[in-house]
Amino acid sequence: MMSSDIQIVLPEILLSVYAMAALIGAVYTGKDRLAAPLTWLTALVMALLAVMIAGGEGAREGFNGMVVDDAYARFAKVAILLSAGAVLVVGTEAMARRGLLKFEYPILIALSVVGMMVMVSAGDLIALYMGLELQSLALYVVASLNRDSVKSTEAGMKYFVLGALSSGLMLYGASLVYGYSGTTLFGGIIGAANDGHVGMGLLIGLTFVLSGMAFKVSAVPFHMWTPDVYEGAPTPVTAFFATAPKLAAMGLFARVMFDAFGNAVADWQQIVAFLALLSMFLGAIAAIGQTNIKRLMAYSSISHMGFALLGLAAGTEFGVQAMLIYMAIYLTMNIGTFAFILSMERDGKPVTDIASMKLYSRAEPMKAAAMLILMFSLAGVPPMVGFFGKYAVLNAAVQSGLTWLAVAGVIASVIGAFYYLRIVFFMYFGDEGEGVQTPMAPAAWAALMGSAAIMVLGAINLFGIEGAAAAAAAALVN
Amino acid sequence: MVGLEHYLGVGAALFVIGVFGLFLNRKNIIILLMSIELMLLSVNINLVAFSTYLGDLVGQVFTLFILTVAAAEAAIGLAILVSFFRNRGTIAVEDVNVMKG
Repeated sequence: MMSSDIQIVLPEILLSVYAMAALIGAVYTGKDRLAAPLTWLTALVMALLAVMIAGGEGAREGFNGMVVDDAYARFAKVAILLSAGAVLVVGTEAMARRGLLKFEYPILIALSVVGMMVMVSAGDLIALYMGLELQSLALYVVASLNRDSVKSTEAGMKYFVLGALSSGLMLYGASLVYGYSGTTLFGGIIGAANDGHVGMGLLIGLTFVLSGMAFKVSAVPFHMWTPDVYEGAPTPVTAFFATAPKLAAMGLFARVMFDAFGNAVADWQQIVAFLALLSMFLGAIAAIGQTNIKRLMAYSSISHMGFALLGLAAGTEFGVQAMLIYMAIYLTMNIGTFAFILSMERDGKPVTDIASMKLYSRAEPMKAAAMLILMFSLAGVPPMVGFFGKYAVLNAAVQSGLTWLAVAGVIASVIGAFYYLRIVFFMYFGDEGEGVQTPMAPAAWAALMGSAAIMVLGAINLFGIEGAAAAAAAALVN
Repeated sequence: MVGLEHYLGVGAALFVIGVFGLFLNRKNIIILLMSIELMLLSVNINLVAFSTYLGDLVGQVFTLFILTVAAAEAAIGLAILVSFFRNRGTIAVEDVNVMKG
């Protein structure tokens, strides 16, 4: 039944065909003059695909189990497409102002989104690897998009070397998993783990695969690329790095852990708990000394990934649901925050210094208020939505008996609150600084205000995302 | 008789050499790229050995995918390296240090 197989991967096919057609079309016609409309068009295509995917129902497998289309994959895909589209729209103006808006940019983003979509719906080690590489290769290139900047190319270089290392680790693990289970299909690997534990060879393979994926979600101790890549890459690209790829990597993480190793939860639970603990604390502590807001956001994302892994470490359906809610909230907060960061400039030059935000509230009370809400939400202060995400993962951890980890999470989030509140302090109190201007395109302004509004209004019912996340988690864990 | 474990031993040795090459090398970024390639090829040895041992072709199919992707990866790595060299004028590993991390 070839046609039903094609049906399942139709969104991926459509997006990749669009990307290739756009590439050829732009090369033979307007080139960089088409960059701005192409960016908007790409965002539109992504939004349409998100609508198309959201309408899907049930769970289907295609290509003999190589790709899976279930509620979990759909939840992740919709979130990836919407956040990638939003980041494209938000960043267009800032890219254009810095002379970086090349027509390859939206196309590379679209290709990496195809990779992410394959990642979250992978049902086989080969599909997983191809998705991961398609995503990573496109991201290496966008990281060094600013070809004339030492920082940007250095960021690309570091990202490439460490990303390739992580792919190597993951592949070595995949080869062991294949050897000791005799198949690359997740549905077959899960059968190799009977009575709740896996054999020695499979366990080593699992550990390698896990560390490769920990690289992609930037969990400590595999986080060292994150601050440098965030700092060096052009800010709109950093905004992209902080959103969709994180969700895709986390989605892949949960997919592999539950679909392939769901019978051996006890074997990987300890490792994931360890990663979560280290990430939460290192992210919170190392961010304190940062003066560059992009580096700060990098450590912030490391810490947030720790919290998301906390949900995963619970190893239950409820934990996956909490993880998905947490990630969805994290994406929304980050889009808003980066909409602000990418418009920060002084005399036409981008600035990323935190001290430049001193007494910002006097100049722009509206934007400062929005940032205040977002910072409170990132820190997890009730009643902002960020608090509910943290509450969900901590609750899931407690329910599966990881109370010590939940307590550690609370302590880490208190430490982390310090640096978010420091930004708020700079904006509202303290002494006069050099100042910063934030000229914003309407799209960026809307993203900042919209995301801040969601952080306040979402406290009522989280916009019903809980139900969707519950359905997604139920599809994954069984 | 050369058995599966010998192949796995060679694969593991090459993989470890690749990882160490990545971390201990202080000279040249090209050597980093070679180390990455070595890691990927050691994985291929593993996969082909397992594939023959299990009598299952999937491992060899996986190998072909890895070879193709490794080629694309090397191309992108070299492209980034060239633009890095144009900005910095050097490809020594210790000069990749504008940002401290």
